[in-house]
Amino acid sequence: MSKLLISPSPHVHSVHSTRSLMRDVLIALCPAVIVSILLYGLPFVLILAVSIGASVLTEYLIERYILGRESTVSDFSAAVTGCLLALNLPPCAPWWIAVVGSVFAIGVVKMTFGGLGQNIFNPAIAARVFLLVSFPVIMTDWAVPDAFSGATPLGAIAEGGAAPVPGFKELFLYKVGGSAGEASALALLAGFVYLLVRRVITVTIPVAVLGTVAVFSGILHIVNPELYTGPLFNLFNGGLLLGAIFMATDYVTSPMTVKGQIIFGAGIGLITMLIRYFGAYPEGVSFAILIMNCTVPLINKYCKPRRFGEVRK
Amino acid sequence: MKKTFKIGGIHPDDSKISSNAAVEQMPVGAEVCISMAQHLGAPATPVVSVGDKVKVGQVIGEPAGFISGFVHASASGTVKAVEPRPDILGNPVPHVVITVEGDEWEEGIVLANDPVPVPELSREEIIDRIRRAGVVGLGGASFPTHVKLNPPKEKKAEVLILNGTECEPFITSDDRLMRERPTGILTGAAIIMKALGVDLCYVGIEENKPEAIASMTEAAKNCSGIVIVKLAKKYPQGGEKQLIDAITGRQVPSGALPIDVGAVVQNVATAYAVYEAVCKNKPLISNIVTISGHSLASQHNYEVRIGTPVSSILEYAGVTLGDNVKVLSGGPMMGRCVSNPGATTVKANGAFTILTESETKRGVESACIRCAKCAAACPMGLEPWLLSRLFRAGDRNDELEKERVFDCIECGCCQFTCPANIPLLDSIRLGKADVMKIIRSRAK
Amino acid sequence: MLKTILLTAVCLLVLGLFFAVVLYYVARKFKVEEDPRIDTVESIMPGANCGGCGFAGCRSFAENVVKAPDMKGFFCPVGGNATMEKVAAALGRAVEAGTPKVAVVRCNGGCDNRARTNVYDGSSSCRVSASLYGGDTDCRYGCLGLGDCVSACKFDAIHIDPQTHIARVDDEKCTSCGACVKACPKGVIELRDKGFKNRRVYVSCVNRDKGALTRKACSVGCIGCGKCTKVCPFEAITVKDNVAYIDYTKCKLCRKCYDACPTKAIQAVNFPKPVIIKQDEENV
Repeated sequence: MSKLLISPSPHVHSVHSTRSLMRDVLIALCPAVIVSILLYGLPFVLILAVSIGASVLTEYLIERYILGRESTVSDFSAAVTGCLLALNLPPCAPWWIAVVGSVFAIGVVKMTFGGLGQNIFNPAIAARVFLLVSFPVIMTDWAVPDAFSGATPLGAIAEGGAAPVPGFKELFLYKVGGSAGEASALALLAGFVYLLVRRVITVTIPVAVLGTVAVFSGILHIVNPELYTGPLFNLFNGGLLLGAIFMATDYVTSPMTVKGQIIFGAGIGLITMLIRYFGAYPEGVSFAILIMNCTVPLINKYCKPRRFGEVRK
Repeated sequence: MKKTFKIGGIHPDDSKISSNAAVEQMPVGAEVCISMAQHLGAPATPVVSVGDKVKVGQVIGEPAGFISGFVHASASGTVKAVEPRPDILGNPVPHVVITVEGDEWEEGIVLANDPVPVPELSREEIIDRIRRAGVVGLGGASFPTHVKLNPPKEKKAEVLILNGTECEPFITSDDRLMRERPTGILTGAAIIMKALGVDLCYVGIEENKPEAIASMTEAAKNCSGIVIVKLAKKYPQGGEKQLIDAITGRQVPSGALPIDVGAVVQNVATAYAVYEAVCKNKPLISNIVTISGHSLASQHNYEVRIGTPVSSILEYAGVTLGDNVKVLSGGPMMGRCVSNPGATTVKANGAFTILTESETKRGVESACIRCAKCAAACPMGLEPWLLSRLFRAGDRNDELEKERVFDCIECGCCQFTCPANIPLLDSIRLGKADVMKIIRSRAK
Repeated sequence: MLKTILLTAVCLLVLGLFFAVVLYYVARKFKVEEDPRIDTVESIMPGANCGGCGFAGCRSFAENVVKAPDMKGFFCPVGGNATMEKVAAALGRAVEAGTPKVAVVRCNGGCDNRARTNVYDGSSSCRVSASLYGGDTDCRYGCLGLGDCVSACKFDAIHIDPQTHIARVDDEKCTSCGACVKACPKGVIELRDKGFKNRRVYVSCVNRDKGALTRKACSVGCIGCGKCTKVCPFEAITVKDNVAYIDYTKCKLCRKCYDACPTKAIQAVNFPKPVIIKQDEENV
């Protein structure tokens, strides 16, 4: 008699796996990576390779020799962290910055909490902030090989300069200056569309972030256009798109319900704009995401999904 | 916008590969072995003993309580044994074994296939005929139909909903029935409407069955008060609560029954069984069973006498089972594994699906990445990741109850969608059982 | 500079004093009068918090034993008689000695004895499997080998034997807390008297099917033939529902039943050679 296979239902499974989701995120990052390589050349390739390599190696070594468990590097989550970190660094930063950042991201932010799924903060963002406060000079040195730029548009404004008015077409397609991943809004949006089509993420968080930024800056811009930059400038400048699409949507560190995700996204948008307008730092996306990461357990506790049959109040 | 339920749901590959196989009569074998536990509630009490001669349609088991049902001989012959035998899961259940001799039917059963007009009967007479024919819900739960048609006095049914969604992948028995015997189904619907005292009936059919929708719509032209509703394809549309939501927009509150929102749901196959019981005096002794699987050479829909061994149906369909194959009673989402192919069919067996190891083998579990796909997929608006986590932590029944684990309909959407291969439903099912036990003991 | 340091020091000192006074009065005011013996008893307890005594943990046991008039019904299976003597001494009471017990897995249906008839692919949990169907053999009663007892055990005393896929107890580590007994959905595990020199005779089968069915499913199952009841000089063995059971309070370890059993369902463990039959050596 044949030996039949027995298990409780369900007996089939969707095509999604942790590995396939992370692979899709990597694919979605490709346009941004390619644009940065084209713009910044070899120095950025070095940063990218070192970040990914150091992240994966750190995870492997910690799991293998400290935790003594099977390594999970094959799920690509460390590679995603490494790739995101590289895009968050100045494109021509020294290579050891990438190593320090990767070790901090994986070793401290991710593995000390128990690895994938357990961390409170997004590893790449936390590492970027760690580097920014530890090595402020290096992390804000946006020098590029061709040396055709100094301050970023946001930095110029923070230093009291008048807003340079680059054509928004230029902002949208590509621009030089800022972190490697900030170069092209179009490339980031292409990745966003890919993630949506593949059903890796939903629109909720990015739309909540961008919507809040647009509305908040729109209102203040109308009140005093001299002092406050407008919505379009704020949406397409700095790391907002990168943060909203790839960092704020990190599964582990974002809320689980639509209601929670709207609160989370709106919080990021608001804090970003408060820092941009009133803070000492020119850019606030990283800080905003980190601060909102802290609130996720609380949001998860109080924002329950709408239960079937529940009377709407 | 096509109608569907509002919360959650998934889109598994529907694999309706057997939909073009017309229903074929499977000949009766040398022996039938009829379970006394073919309905929800107490198993029937056998009323025949070894050596008795029985005819097709003769009562061999009588109800042993209010929620119980009649069981009839599905073949004529001599009773060989009345004893416990293992069911498809290997658990012993009382059975009546009949050695088949000829094909002699009880008097008064109309055998012709021609439509028979509805006899003039009162509400009570209709329900009694349904009860005596042993009709049970054929959607899977096997709830005795006559009980469902007798709602408590203070609750009023407003609408009958026929479930022709067949949202489980692979299964096509209802699809074939709706294509081939629409008049019978709709006559059955009219009879149920009369028994319930309602004058509106919706038949919900998913859009992936265009022929069934066409044939039912055509047949419904002659019926007043019956509306065919085309639904979007989404699992688990066939869930009672989901179907009511999809068609009427009303959501059955937690812990309540469909009748609390004025709805009664019946499967299309049940409606057909009601038609046969009331108009033809024919008890429920056979059903349509789909034999399907991507690995099979051919797909089939058979009309099979109840009590036929699963192994002989598979043999008749030309299926040879190898090792590490899964035979499911039902579809891949909610079907139960057959561990004992020697067991025989019961009234609610609508399909046997054969899956190969590569189609069904579970992946290795990894850490939860909190993607919330399970919460987005849950049609009851629960948080499966949380329920599973609470159960695994042990001794957290209070919190499980607060998170409404008892609302879980065990549809399997959460586990289907989990990228980390966490066996969410395995845990939730046990947590639900624990909490239900506590709730019941509290009620006492 | 010096001024700043002085100011800081003084400020801290004042603050410290202020809060010390507040804390002192709060502690006085809200002090809960508690029998000091509870702490004494708790310090004697092993501190495993296993719940084997029937209370929520060692603290709860201590609270209850101090409140109770005597030692009746109180026994810590982990600490055993030694601990109970100390507790009784601390409370100035007489102690009733309990007999030490050990968990016994009453199934010997390893792969060689009990053929696997299907392949289980669900969660690795006995409860999940048991709630689904009879199990991956034709025996619906025996050990499923998925390890619910292993995760329930706080003392690392029960493991699934990698060869037989049956749970096996480590007598040395087992404290007879009973957690595995509760965890086993099949009711295979029983707490039995540890016995003189750890020697025990027991029926290693709980299959309630009729003899013929049992025999078909497993070569070492109890078929309920009753031969053991006839040879037992102490009337310690009863057959109920087609399965024999040896009452350990009556058994005198004579092993006549062991010799009489036709299927070797009866196990006699830790006896000296040449009759030494250990569970794992049986199948070699």
